[in-house]
Amino acid sequence: MTALAQRVPSRFLPVLATVVLFVLAFGVGSARYDGFASGQVVANLFIDNAFLIVLAAGMTFVILSGGIDLSVGSVVALSTMVTASGLQAGWPVPLVIVAVLLIGSTLGLLMGLVIHKFDIQPFIVTLAGMFLARGLCFLISVESVSIKDKTFRAVATAAIELPGGVTITYNVVIALLVVAAAMYVLHRTRFGRTVYAVGGNESSALLMGLPTTRVKVGVYVISGLCSSLAGLLFSLYMLSGYGLHAVGMELDAIAAVVIGGTLLAGGVGYVLGGLAGVLVLGTIQTLISFQGTLSSWWTKIVIGVLLLVFIAVQRTMVRR
Amino acid sequence: MTESPPPVVQMRGISLAFPGVKALQDVDFRLFPGEVHALMGENGAGKSTLIKTLTGVHRPDSGQVSLAGADVAFSSPGEAQHAGISTVYQEVNLCANLTVAENILLGREPRRFGGVDFSAMRKRAAEVLARIGVHIDPASSLGEHPIAVQQLVAIARAIAVDCRVLVLDEPTSSLDAGEVAELFRIMRVLRDEGVAILFVSHFLDQVYEISDRMTVLRNGTLVGEHLTAEVDRRTLIAQMIGRDLGALEAIEDAAEKRKTGGPVLVQASGLGRKGAIEPFDLEIRAGEVVGLAGLLGSGRTELARLLFGADRADSGKVLVDGAPLRLRGPRSAIAAGIAFSSEDRKGEGLVADLSIRDNLVLAMQAARGWTRPLSRRTKDQLVEKYLKALDIRPANPDALVRTLSGGNQQKVLLARWLVTEPRLLILDEPTRGIDIGAKAQIQQLVTALAAEGTAVLFISAELEEVVRIADRIVVLRDRRKIAELDGSVTGVDEVVELIAGGAAPEPEKVVS
Repeated sequence: MTALAQRVPSRFLPVLATVVLFVLAFGVGSARYDGFASGQVVANLFIDNAFLIVLAAGMTFVILSGGIDLSVGSVVALSTMVTASGLQAGWPVPLVIVAVLLIGSTLGLLMGLVIHKFDIQPFIVTLAGMFLARGLCFLISVESVSIKDKTFRAVATAAIELPGGVTITYNVVIALLVVAAAMYVLHRTRFGRTVYAVGGNESSALLMGLPTTRVKVGVYVISGLCSSLAGLLFSLYMLSGYGLHAVGMELDAIAAVVIGGTLLAGGVGYVLGGLAGVLVLGTIQTLISFQGTLSSWWTKIVIGVLLLVFIAVQRTMVRR
Repeated sequence: MTESPPPVVQMRGISLAFPGVKALQDVDFRLFPGEVHALMGENGAGKSTLIKTLTGVHRPDSGQVSLAGADVAFSSPGEAQHAGISTVYQEVNLCANLTVAENILLGREPRRFGGVDFSAMRKRAAEVLARIGVHIDPASSLGEHPIAVQQLVAIARAIAVDCRVLVLDEPTSSLDAGEVAELFRIMRVLRDEGVAILFVSHFLDQVYEISDRMTVLRNGTLVGEHLTAEVDRRTLIAQMIGRDLGALEAIEDAAEKRKTGGPVLVQASGLGRKGAIEPFDLEIRAGEVVGLAGLLGSGRTELARLLFGADRADSGKVLVDGAPLRLRGPRSAIAAGIAFSSEDRKGEGLVADLSIRDNLVLAMQAARGWTRPLSRRTKDQLVEKYLKALDIRPANPDALVRTLSGGNQQKVLLARWLVTEPRLLILDEPTRGIDIGAKAQIQQLVTALAAEGTAVLFISAELEEVVRIADRIVVLRDRRKIAELDGSVTGVDEVVELIAGGAAPEPEKVVS
C-alpha cells in the first residue's frame, strides 16, 4: 500500500478508493449470491442509473467550482413533465428534446447569473430554483402523464446487444457519451482547468486574470443542461412525466460525486469519480435487492454511512 | 535615467474611497520603461490600493490612467494583463490544487485540437522556470512546494507573457537572502530588456539596492518622487512617516527608567511538550517585558502556545500568583488574565467584515459576559480611547476592519486584547510586516503597558527590537531555552552569538 501511495499522486487516491470500494462491494455480492457476478447485472447498474450518471457529471462541474446545485432533481421532474405533456400534445420528438434541453440550460443560466451578480450563496439560489422547477411541474399537471408516443417508446425499449448476450439501452450509451464529453471539457479544455482554478482559490483565479464570471455562470448552465438531459433519460426509463418524479435525486447526485472523491470545498476531483460513486450506490441497491428481506430504505442508510466515512477520510487527507 | 523616453504608465489625479476611508486622494504617478521604480510608504499609505488601481482590481473614483500614451480603464485584472501589466502580489495568489505548469500558464495554455496540450504546456513552463533559474518539476502540484518557491512560480507566471509593466508587491517578504539576490538578478535582466518594474518592499536596503526611482505616498496622498540616488534614508523615512525618528529613540530611555521589581506573576517550571519545546523554566514579573529571541523554528511560538494553553504541555506546571493553574485550554488561560496575540492576524481574533467598533465591542462583551450588557456610551468611550491610544487610522470606528492596512489591523487586534485588561500579554510577532511608524507606536505601547504593571512576553524575529524593548531576553535555539540575559546591558551581537552558537549541546546557563 505504501509503495502504491508513492507511485500514485495523492490526488488520485480518493477516486482509487471508490473504485476499490466498488470492486469490493461487487465481490461480496458475487461471493454470496448466485447470478450476481454476471455481465447483465453490471449492465443493469448502468441501465438503472443512466440518468444519475448524467446528473453526477454535471454536478461535478458545480462542486469543483466550489458551488452546489440543489435544483437538479426538480429539473429532472420538470423535464419528464414537459416531455410527457409535449408528446401528449402531439409535438414531434426533436422539438420536445430541444425544448427540454433549452428549459434546463436557461434555468441553470438564470441561477448562475443570480449567484454571480448578487453574490448570493449557491445553496440558497439553487434551493429557490428547486422549488421553482418543482412548482412548474404541477402548473403543467398535478397528475402523472404517461408517454404513448411510438418513436419514444421504441427508443426506450430498444435493446443493444453486446458480445456475451448482455443487453443495454440507448440511455447507457448517452450517459457514457456525456461522461466522455464531461471528462474532455473538464480535464482537457481551458474552461475546465479554469473551473479547477476557481474552485481552488477564487480570488487568486481572478487576480490571475482568468474569466471567473464565465466559469461561475457556465457551471450552472452545464449542470442545468445535464439535469434536463437526465430528465429525458428518466422519461425514457419511466415512460411517464410526473411532478413527484426524482424527489431527492439531487442529494443522490451530490452523494455520488462526494463518494467519488470530489472535495465539497471545490478544486479537487474527477468526472470518473462521480461515475464510480454512482456505481457504488447502484451496487449497494442491487446487493439489498438480492438479499431480498431488507427494506430498500437500507440503501439510504448505507449511503449515509458511506458519505460520512468518505468525508471524514477526505478531511484527514486535506489536513495532511 | 534621462527624461528621453515617454512614461509607459501615467496616472493623473487618482482618487478612490472605500467605506469610511479615503484610500487615495489626487495621486499622480509615472513609470518609465527600463526602470525599477520603488513605491514607498507606511502601511495604509495607499501603496496596495494604487497598485490595484493600476492592475484593474479597483476602479478609481476620479482620475485617469494611461498606458503608453493611450487612456485605459481596466475593469478586471485579466484586461490589464492583456494590455501587458503583470502583477505578483504579496501573498501568493495561485491555486495550490493545480500543477506548477498550470499555475504558470493558466489562461494562456498552449492548445491543440481545441484542448489543452499538456505536454507542450509542461515544456513551456519548464522553459520559463529555467529562465529564472528555478528547477522544479512542472507537473508537480503547487501545494507541495514551500511558499518561497510558490512566490518564484508567481514571478514565472508574470514573465511568461510579454509584459511591458511588471508589478512586484512585496515579493521578497517570504524569500531568503539567496532567493532575493536571484530575484534581483532577474529584475535587472528584465529591466535591461525595457520592462518597467514597479517594486514595493518594506526593506530599505533592498529598495536602495535595486531601484532607480521612487514615489513616496503618505495617507493616500503623493509626498514626493525622487531618483533613488538623490535621497538619503533619513529624508525618505521622514517623508514616509511624516515625523522624526526621535519617537523610536525615546523608547529606549523609557525601558531604562522603568524599574522591574514587581512580584512574580507567572512562573513556569519544567514546562515542555515533545516535538515542540524541551522543558524550560520561566519567570515573568508584573510590569516586566520579557523578550523571546531565536530563529524561526527555534520554539518561540511553541513556548507561547504552551503558556496560553493552546497546546497541552506533557510535562511541568504553571503557577500564577504562586498558585498552580490547570491549563486545560485558552479559556482557562484567559480567565487567569493571560492574553495571546497570535502572529496569524487574519485567522486570529479579527472579524474582517465588521467595523472597528464592533470588533472591540465583541471583545469587551466577551470579557464581561453577556449578562452585563455595556451601555452605548461606555462602548463609545472605550472605542474612542483605544482608537486614540493606538492611533488607529482611519480614526473612524465604523470603518470595516477588512479595509484597514496590515499595521492598523494589528493595532485593532491589540486593542481587542487590551480591552480585556490582561495581566500577562503574549505578543507573537506583533510588528511583522508593518512599517516603521506603526512599529514605533506598538513598541511605545508595550513599554507604556509595562509601566502600568502589565507583564509582556514579546516575541519578534527582529533582534534589534527585542533588545531595545525587553528587560530580560530569553534565548531559544533548536527548541531549547539556552540562556536568559539582562536586556538593559545586552547588545544584539551578544544575542546573535548565542543563537548562532556551537552545535555541541551546552548546559543551560544564565549569562547575565
